[in-house]
Parts: sequence; C-alpha cells; structure tokens
Amino acid sequence: MRALDLIRFARDAATGNPLRTFLSVLAVAIGVAAVVVLTALGDGARRYVVNEFSAIGSNLVIVLPGRSETGGFNPANAITGTPRDLTIDDARALLRSSAIRRLAPLAVGTSEINVGGKLREAMVAGTTAEFIEVRRLSLAQGRFLPDEDWSRGSAIAVIGAKIRDELFGPEPALGRLVRVGDRRFRIVGVMAASGQGLGMNNDELVIVPVAQAQAMFNSNTLFRILIEARSREAIPAAKAQATEILRLRHEGELDVTVITQDAVLATFDRLLGALTYGVAGIAAISLAVAGILVMNVMLVSVAQRTAEIGLLKALGATGRTIRLLFLTEAAMLSLAGAVAGFLLGHAGAALIRHLYPTFPAYPPAWAVLAGLATALATGLLFGVAPARRAAQLDPVLALSGR
Amino acid sequence: MSPPQIELRGIERVFHLGDSAVHALRHVDLAIAPGEYVAVMGPSGSGKSTLLNLLGLLDRPDAGFYRLEGRDVTTLSAEEQARVRSERIGFVFQSFHLVARLTAAENIALPMMLAGVPAVERAGRIARALDDYGLADRADHRPDQLSGGQRQRVAIARATVMRPAVILADEPTGNLDRATGEEVIRLLEQLNRGGVTLIVVTHDPALGGRARRRLLMEDGALRHDSALEPVQCAPST
Repeated sequence: MRALDLIRFARDAATGNPLRTFLSVLAVAIGVAAVVVLTALGDGARRYVVNEFSAIGSNLVIVLPGRSETGGFNPANAITGTPRDLTIDDARALLRSSAIRRLAPLAVGTSEINVGGKLREAMVAGTTAEFIEVRRLSLAQGRFLPDEDWSRGSAIAVIGAKIRDELFGPEPALGRLVRVGDRRFRIVGVMAASGQGLGMNNDELVIVPVAQAQAMFNSNTLFRILIEARSREAIPAAKAQATEILRLRHEGELDVTVITQDAVLATFDRLLGALTYGVAGIAAISLAVAGILVMNVMLVSVAQRTAEIGLLKALGATGRTIRLLFLTEAAMLSLAGAVAGFLLGHAGAALIRHLYPTFPAYPPAWAVLAGLATALATGLLFGVAPARRAAQLDPVLALSGR
Repeated sequence: MSPPQIELRGIERVFHLGDSAVHALRHVDLAIAPGEYVAVMGPSGSGKSTLLNLLGLLDRPDAGFYRLEGRDVTTLSAEEQARVRSERIGFVFQSFHLVARLTAAENIALPMMLAGVPAVERAGRIARALDDYGLADRADHRPDQLSGGQRQRVAIARATVMRPAVILADEPTGNLDRATGEEVIRLLEQLNRGGVTLIVVTHDPALGGRARRRLLMEDGALRHDSALEPVQCAPST
C-alpha cells in the first residue's frame, strides 16, 4: 500500500468518527498544553528571580574569610594551620583595585539593645558609610554613618525599621541614646523597611561603625567585605584583583573566599531550573495518560471496525498493512493533538504574560520539543497494541461479525 | 479435461467449541477446472461457508492440501496468502461489506489501493468498472445512499477490479429481492462467461439450479457432485 493512500485512508477513518477523534486529540492537546504552560511558569519564575536579583545587589563581589575547600584536602593548609583574620586593613587595601567602585567591610554579631528598660536581642552590623550604597538600601529618617576613619568610629548607630517600631513606637527615635551591649550609641538614622537580604533581616539590624562593632565583640576579623564592581563586565576583574591583593597581603596564601553575585544567581538558576524540569515531568505524566486514552480510543475503533478489518483482509490486505493503518491513525491523532496543544499552550503562556506583564512566562524550547516528542512517542507506543490486535483478527470471524 | 484450477485433497476442518469438536469439513476432495460455474448447496451448518472461506484462503484446513493453479497454497505464509487473495480471488458477500464512510468509487478502489496500484491507473479502472456496472452516476454516493442492488453491484465491481481468476460469492442474493437478485446473478454469470471461475454458495435451489455444476454438502461432507453423474443433467429440485 502506498504511503499517500495509507495516510488518506487513516485520515478518513479518523474523521469518520468525529467525536471519538476529537476527544483523543483533545486529551493529547491538553497534555502538550500542560507541558508548555507549566514549563513557561517554571522558567518564568526562574527568569523573574534572576531579574529581580540582578536588580538589587548588582555587580556585587563578596569576600569571606577562610577558604572553602572544593578541591579536597590540601596539604598546605594542614601545615599552615588556622587562616588569618580578614581585617579592616585588608578591606582598605582592596580600594587600590581599579575594578572596584566602592566597598563596605562588615563585622556581625548579636547583642542586646536597651532603651529605657526595653530590652531586645538584635543583630549588630559594623560597617562603613559605603554600606548603604553597596547594598542599595535607603534611609527613612536621619542620615547614615558618616564617612570617617574606619579604624576609629564614633558612637552612633542606625537602626532598622522594625527595631524602631518595637523600641520606640510612636516616639521619635532620632537623637536618642541607646545601649548596645556595654556601649552607648546615639541614633542618627532609621533604615527604610526592605526585608531579607544576604541572610540577614535588614529591618532588625543595628548598624554601627565597624571599629565599634569589633571592639564590642572583641574581634579583629570581618564577617564579609562587600565589594561593588565598576560594572557588570568588571566583576571578573574585581574578583581576580581582590583575590590577588588579599593573597599578597596574606603572605602569598589564599585563605579567603571571593564569591560573586553571579555564583549566587547561578545557584538560584539551577534550583529553579530543576523546578522547571520537575513540573515538566509532572506534565509529562498527563501526556502519558493522554497516550493511554489514545490506546483506548484505538481499541474501541478496532472493536467497532472488525468487519472492515475482515473485509480488508479478504481484499488482500496483509497483517502488516492493517497494522500500519492503525498505527498511522494513532500517529495522526497524536500529531493533531500535539499541534493543537502546542498552539493552546502558547496561547496560555501569552495570556499569563498579558495578565502579569512583569512575569516572563516563556516556555523553554527544550520543554516544547520534549512535549511534542513525548506526545508522538506515547501515541505511537500506545497505538502498537490496538494495531497488533487488529492485524491478528481472524478474517472469517471478523467478517461474520461474531 | 484441462488441469484443475482448484484442487482439494482430504481437507479436514475441525472447530473446537468448549469440549466438543465440530467437524465443519470431513475429508473433502474436489477439483474445479478454470471457467467452471459451481453452486455449493446444502442446509445451514453443512460446511459450505467454511469450504468457501477455505477456498478464499481466509481459513486454513487442519488436514489435507489445497492446490490453486498448481501451487500448494496451504503452506504459504499469511503475507503470501494475502497476496494470492489480492491477485487471484474476488469475494462477494451476502451483506455486501462496503465501507460505510467511503464512496462507491472509493470502495471499488480498495483492493487496488491495498495492492499498491498507482492512483492514475486506479482512476481509469474505477471509471471503467463504474461504467460496466451501470454505476457511473453513483460514483460519489456512499453505501447508505445506494439501493441494495446498487450496493451489490459496487461489491461485484470491487471483487472484479483486480481481474481475479476466481470469484467466490456467499449468498450474493440473500439480502436482495428477487428482481435485483436476478440482475446480480446475471452479472456474475456474465463474468463467468468471460472466463472467470464462479463459485456460488447458496441454499436457494433456483439459484443453485442455474449453475452448470452443483455440489451438495451435508454434515461437512460432499454428498453429491453433479459433475460425477453425467447422466442426470436436469436441475434437481
């Protein structure tokens, strides 16, 4: 039998029972549309988070003390012992780098903040004037830490929005004296509410000059050095230069870790990418269900068309021809469903983009291809059993309608 | 006498229904020459339909052999048998067996389509067949738009369009009134006069009586063969 005749015959057989055909095409279409829409949502979430992240702390390079070993045990470390502190002088030295626009050292600890008998546990961040710029934060009231000598630091503090609300309520906070640990600070500013960032809640932060914080915690080391590169392109250079400067300062030993915002982003990227794969997998299950429905429909079709199959055999159709006829029909149903689902899914994704313009709900190409391929594959796979059944029908029984 | 076109030797066919075995055919020996006109008669359940299915290669015997045009076809594979059906045998059924969704022309085209005849050649042969059977103005009608006689004419056109050597007709007039039945049987006889071997299964004595050779079956065995009794030429009643 010629291919064209085969296709035409299968098409006529499919359109000969419109309801049955419509239902199985619909099932496949919904499966493919589910893959397209769900992956559009998953990938849209990924893009959304990546975009938002690059908007807040862009061009950020972070230095942390200690070497995070990824290459296994290093004998050099075993000999040299504990890593050196990351000091304020280290931070100051980094200002020499041409790729670095500004930076803020960060010393962190928890302490109690005390205002007229009201006591509260708070996270204390010791830093410098540049912190507010590097972290892209904004003030609600007053001013931020002044640009002064990093190693001295006056007894002033800037508090987070939540601390202000809890300790002062409706009273003015600016100019008040507070006790943090065993030291007294005058409040010069209140941060605008901003929420979580870099593992700390900015709204519950008490910000003091870095030297004050180090004295309070009796420690020389910094928790982080936050560096802002001159541009996105300068990030690798900033990272390389920071690494090199610190290595030289630490007598040639690399005992700090320099990470970039990109690395953090890459992690998120991977996480949400995995999420997208996950929802694609779930959607693929609906495709498998659609495949089973196609099989069901084809089995019913075989049962209804027994007499026709018997006739075709009497007219000289081989088992192979019968098998091909039914497989072609199953493939057609799947293909039509796949195309309809493809259009439906893209329409759905477009609708989501229309309703939420900031949400980039574009299905990734791999998901669309995989969805289409799965639809066709399951259609064919589940078409095999009915086709075999048709091919094995006894023509005598089939013709007599028994 | 010319060598037989169809030769059956010691054919047995047993159906198993639960525990009991039904002998549909018992030791049937038969030889049919090319161009013969044979009627197979007998009560229902006598095995005449089984014999016809066997002759049409739709069924296989449990014992014995079947030689078609000198070739043992019982040992052929299913695919090879399909090829023989396609090229040498035409079927005409009591209930016509037209494909409801296809037009008259498409139904006639089916055997050629299955055999892979190119569409251009098909068109010519369909047009000729439609003309020959007076269906030219019915080409695009579906079976439900045709009368019984027209349907059977489409079925005959379909059976002959591959120019088979043998036509097997199972109660071809069973679903038709007398006048249209007459018309259909005349068409078949006309084909037979053109050289095609015609084997008709019927329980209608009038129809059977028109055949030059009559076989009577009973309980799966050949009881009577008019060819073996040259003296009695008159149609039995």
